[in-house]
Amino acid sequence: MHPVRRQRLMIVVMIVVGASLAAVLIGMALKENLNLFYEPVRVAAGEAPLGRKIRVGGMVVKDSVVRDTETLQVSFVLTDYSANVLVTYQGILPDLFAEEAGAVTTGVLGEDGVFRAEQVLAKHDEKYMPPEVAKAIEGKHPPDGAAGSY
Amino acid sequence: MANWQWFHRLGSPKWLLGKLDRWTPWLLFAGLLLFGAASVWGLAFVPPDYKQGNSFRIIYIHVPFAVVSLAAYYAMAIAGAVGLIWRMKVADMAMRSIAPVGAAFTALALVTGAIWGKPTWGAYWVWQDARLTSMLVLFFLYMGVLALYDAYRERSSGSRAAALVALVGTVNVPIIYKSVDWWSSLHQPASIKFTEASTIDAQMLQPLLLAIVGCYLLFAALVIAQLRVQIVLGENRSQWLGDHAVNRTA
Repeated sequence: MHPVRRQRLMIVVMIVVGASLAAVLIGMALKENLNLFYEPVRVAAGEAPLGRKIRVGGMVVKDSVVRDTETLQVSFVLTDYSANVLVTYQGILPDLFAEEAGAVTTGVLGEDGVFRAEQVLAKHDEKYMPPEVAKAIEGKHPPDGAAGSY
Repeated sequence: MANWQWFHRLGSPKWLLGKLDRWTPWLLFAGLLLFGAASVWGLAFVPPDYKQGNSFRIIYIHVPFAVVSLAAYYAMAIAGAVGLIWRMKVADMAMRSIAPVGAAFTALALVTGAIWGKPTWGAYWVWQDARLTSMLVLFFLYMGVLALYDAYRERSSGSRAAALVALVGTVNVPIIYKSVDWWSSLHQPASIKFTEASTIDAQMLQPLLLAIVGCYLLFAALVIAQLRVQIVLGENRSQWLGDHAVNRTA
């Protein structure tokens, strides 16, 4: 290779390596801020700030959804299989919100440990299958495998 | 040095334009055929999803465009690097041709994702989400390359500036790809897996793979159509181009 071209190649490689290095450093500096939401285990550990708008996400615990019969008030428990957070919400839940499915909530964590949500989003998992297949495998697997699939 | 002959020939706008004129209709035909067939298959013949019902079908547009827009960025950056190192005009032209198509594909992936997000998540867009934000950055990077390459009086200066942006932006591609695994995100992880069983049913996966292949062909056809324009723009003072035009109309 011609020396001039070799030099230009080195410059190109250095640009890419330098940019990657910068990205890694920025990523390390921001680390937690790049997460969309706090997991219940981090809320339980006291890492989530109180009285400030944050997001908490996890799996909706089975049989934990309690709806008020008179109002739109609803409460449910989010889990990451190590800790739980009780969430209260007033409003209409998204269609795909379900027990044993993922949800991401935006709101304020109270000093009583209850998360008062202003917005509830359903988090879809990566499983795609026809209804018949879902019916056929139902009960043969533990609900959605291991922790972390929310 | 005979092995390098293809590389030098590829660097000749004249030789390339002759080839591209012949390839374009075939690639466009094959791309439209495969992508069209996959869309009909996915929209009409695949069973609905057990949770999402029919709304999951947007996967047959969203995923192919998203996949190709990431691969296209690498292609653009490599073309930019070849242009920088070998000062090869055709490589600069290829970079300029990929940018608008990649930007359009990224925009389509973003828009179809938002349309799917509303019924599935309950929101069109969520700020701070790593996957969504990094994909938006990819769109801005494409726009940056597009804006820069014609921002200079000298065509070669524009190509060089755009190639630098393209190269620096390559760090974003693995970030987009791994964002759902590295950070908590509303966007689900990949369903098509390379090291273990895919978590999308085979009936749904087959048309998706066909749509991805079709989307690549469609991308190639659109880039080549752009490349022909770029060759004409870049070589407009050459004698051979006039002869070429005369031969084609004769």
